[in-house]
Amino acid sequence: MSALKLEKVCKSFGSVKVLHDIDLTVEDGEFVVFVGPSGCGKSTLLRVIAGLEDASSGSVEIAGRDVTTTPPSKRGIAMVFQSYALYPHLTVQGNMELGLKQARMPKSEIAQRVAEASRMLSLDDYLDRRPAELSGGQRQRVAIGRAITREPELFLFDEPLSNLDAALRMNTRIEIANLHRTIDSAMVYVTHDQIEAMTLADRIVVLRDGRVEQIGSPMDIYNDPDNQFVASFIGSPAMNFVKAAAYGFDKGAVLGIRPEYLTVVDSGRLSGVVTHIERLGAETNLLVDLDTDDTITLRLFGQYSFDVGQKVGVDFDDAKALFFGKDGQRIR
Amino acid sequence: MNKARRNIWHSVAAHGILLTYTLLALFPVFVILINSFKTRKAIFRHPLQLPGPDTFSTIGYDTVLKQGDFIQYFENSLIVTVVSLFFVLLFGAMAAFALAEYRFKGNTLLGLFLALGIMIPIRIGTVAILKMMVASGLVNTLTALILVYTAQGLPLAVFILTEFMKQVSEDLKNAGRIDGLSEYAIFFRLVLPLVRPAMATVAVFNMIPIWNDLWFPLILAPSEATKTLTLGSQVFIGQFVTNWNAVLAALSMAIIPVLVLYVIFSRQLIRGITSGAVK
Ligand SMILES: Nc1ncnc2c1ncn2[C@@H]1O[C@H](COP(=O)(O)OP(=O)(O)O)[C@@H](O)[C@H]1O
Ligand SMILES: [Mg+2]
Repeated sequence: MSALKLEKVCKSFGSVKVLHDIDLTVEDGEFVVFVGPSGCGKSTLLRVIAGLEDASSGSVEIAGRDVTTTPPSKRGIAMVFQSYALYPHLTVQGNMELGLKQARMPKSEIAQRVAEASRMLSLDDYLDRRPAELSGGQRQRVAIGRAITREPELFLFDEPLSNLDAALRMNTRIEIANLHRTIDSAMVYVTHDQIEAMTLADRIVVLRDGRVEQIGSPMDIYNDPDNQFVASFIGSPAMNFVKAAAYGFDKGAVLGIRPEYLTVVDSGRLSGVVTHIERLGAETNLLVDLDTDDTITLRLFGQYSFDVGQKVGVDFDDAKALFFGKDGQRIR
Repeated sequence: MNKARRNIWHSVAAHGILLTYTLLALFPVFVILINSFKTRKAIFRHPLQLPGPDTFSTIGYDTVLKQGDFIQYFENSLIVTVVSLFFVLLFGAMAAFALAEYRFKGNTLLGLFLALGIMIPIRIGTVAILKMMVASGLVNTLTALILVYTAQGLPLAVFILTEFMKQVSEDLKNAGRIDGLSEYAIFFRLVLPLVRPAMATVAVFNMIPIWNDLWFPLILAPSEATKTLTLGSQVFIGQFVTNWNAVLAALSMAIIPVLVLYVIFSRQLIRGITSGAVK
């Protein structure tokens, strides 16, 4: 039995079609991340799964039950929002209890679930505070706690880390990963941040303009992208794309090569002039204007020094090169 | 140094302007209050003097309290104002929630239609309203006044509250839906507390015109049992003689409930502004 099954889900707002025939299955205990640029329909898809929006057509099945017409509270889901969405007039404890009270759960069970969640997220000291008296990180933990107490079949996260600062973001990311290891429920997680996608996901769903571009494990997506969009969206610095013909390849229209697979050599197949250099300590990024008018990025591990304007030769391993047709589809 | 000095002047100027305005606004009230405690002679000889041992008199208050059913008028005014405000806020907020929250055909059009009343004074319809009240047998009842004032207050209430409700976090309402709150619970428990400042604004805007209105009480409910305070006070203003002691005493007493209501609402205003927001 799968935790979530979407079949031909479409969603339109008026005449604007936002989701196009989404098919997806999430297995029990799986962590699936939706990633894609802003406005591609990730949140809308999540809200359709949650029942906050009705699908225009198609069906949603959660834990083997068709919930297409079931209200959100009866779908066996819990959701964590980017803006935390805590009830401002309730204490931390009140926030975590509300859903259970609405479901008329016995008091003893509510107390036990809240205690468990608060222990897991180290919220014990804050149970009597109101959201206004908590920091951003604490608020997001309360929001996660509120989701945990529902003991859902499926967790839904909508960009839960976007409002946190960088340091806190990493901690909370690890906390979410640990949470998934501990409670082992299926989770669907929406983000536009590829680092979150790569580090958390068992499987990544790459979306663009309301369509699924590719589904696969993080390494599959990285090493074996189906098309140019996926190749360029995942990976930072982004993959280099050059006209294949200009470099003597007769396969496909576009040649894609990741910055780390390029090396500086004395005389290679490519040559150009260094236009910019970024030294990050652990790695050095090099922008090179090729003689053939393409600009490429090289990612060298370790510390190097180059001068802007310096002429360099560049080469790569053909096995790492990817080829794409005119339509952007991968040619294998 | 320079900057600090400029800031001092800024705040002196700001306080000066505000104090002047406060004095201007309070002066008539002050004059009414002091004169309500003076003899008739003293009112006319020295209108700006504080009541002294010679001039102090409560004759105005005595007259007012003895005259007719002054307490009854007071009660009528209070009932009409409070009940009308309650309905304006309740129905206004409910309509605003529907307009702000739900997508349906004609949403914008309905919003515009409801806001139309802001531009058209309800008094234009007085004759029709009177006919309707006669037909439904509501003349000389407080219900008639409450209905009219509710209608009069709704357009602005809907307009202001819709804007505020649109700003209540979508995520918060959705969190409530996932936790199993009904749409009513979301409205009453999540949204209303967050738009309390706007509700207080609407209440304050509506309260004074209702409390002070002479027009509709005179036309719709002039009977002894349903007279409001403003209408009731008119007995002291005659065509030839006006009992100024009584008029001033009545006006002074009329201020008190409005003041109390205002304090209650302005508390809400301030509390709403300072309470923790969603994020
Ligand atoms: N309630 C709505 N009404 C009309 N259009 C909407 C609504 N919600 C979202 N959209 C549109 O749907 C598209 C996808 O939005 P969303 O799912 O929020 O994107 P993402 O979360 O990927 O950034 C956007 O173009 C947005 O303008
Ligand atoms: Mg989104």
